[in-house]
Amino acid sequence: MTKLSVAVSAKDHRQGDPDAPCTLVEYGDYQCPSCGQAYPIVKRVQKHYGKRLSFVFRNFPLTQMHPFAEPAAETAEFAGANGKFWEMHDLIYENQERLGDEELLPELAKQLHLAPAKLLEALESREFEPRVKSDFSSGVRSGVNGTPSFFINGQRHDGPYDFASLVEAIDGTLES
Amino acid sequence: MAGILTPGTTAPDFDLPVSPDKKLSLKDLRGKPVILAFYPADWSPVCGDQMALYNEVLPEFKKFGAELVGISVDGAWCHAAYGKDHNLHFPLAADFEPKGVVSRAYGAYHEDAGFSERALFVIDKDGIIRWSYLSPIAVNPGAEGILQALEDLEK
Repeated sequence: MTKLSVAVSAKDHRQGDPDAPCTLVEYGDYQCPSCGQAYPIVKRVQKHYGKRLSFVFRNFPLTQMHPFAEPAAETAEFAGANGKFWEMHDLIYENQERLGDEELLPELAKQLHLAPAKLLEALESREFEPRVKSDFSSGVRSGVNGTPSFFINGQRHDGPYDFASLVEAIDGTLES
Repeated sequence: MAGILTPGTTAPDFDLPVSPDKKLSLKDLRGKPVILAFYPADWSPVCGDQMALYNEVLPEFKKFGAELVGISVDGAWCHAAYGKDHNLHFPLAADFEPKGVVSRAYGAYHEDAGFSERALFVIDKDGIIRWSYLSPIAVNPGAEGILQALEDLEK
């Protein structure tokens, strides 16, 4: 119940070396304030470990509670299809408090030199919905019970996710 | 505490308000698998909220033809406000008067705290409990166990 049910693969959005000794997977929701808080922490953790850690982000939007989470997730996937997933992922979290502003997502697309009209088309046709849903299902099957949920080398991290706790957990995995 | 009811037990029937003017009884749901999710209280912290998670997973539960009912000791008006705020698409039953009587029948009442435990039951179409799970009160048990139990029902 607390293991990653779908292994990390080339289909995932991953930062860092696929052969790194430790892989951190986050199931996250772009509108979730706790995920917003976790965002800079993860960046710090990545910096701390450098090449020894790779990071994977999977979508887990609670769409009924967070109406802007799904379009945000689909926007990041749209950017991903154009080779700019992480740029968009970062920009959305950095502008999380503006998610309710309908200008925001097209504006971010423009910043990344992606055509806003194409983005709106993709959102309208729900082009990236299946991808987001497939991430969500894999999360449910892995025992994700809220966001953010972290997995360290496939094992769910049940403790807090402040910098020190994540480092302690990752150190433990690296040593074993 | 004697512990929660175990698989093989007939699920105790109930007739509880699911809105200020509507009641739901377990036997009305006979013929379909039923998921009963007892939980301590409406309005628990938001992002890790168990009912919000189940609301998202509802389409997967529906694939098994299953009905989900959340149960806590909160009153019908409280449930109504909570359900509306969280945009919930399944009923919340109010085990409110006499307080906790249904939770007690399932062995899922926390006497000291005065609210329901975080307990899950999957009941088959004939009203027999096929799976049950008691989670520590502070731990959202997620949906994986329920989905597995629903899958096992079809075997």
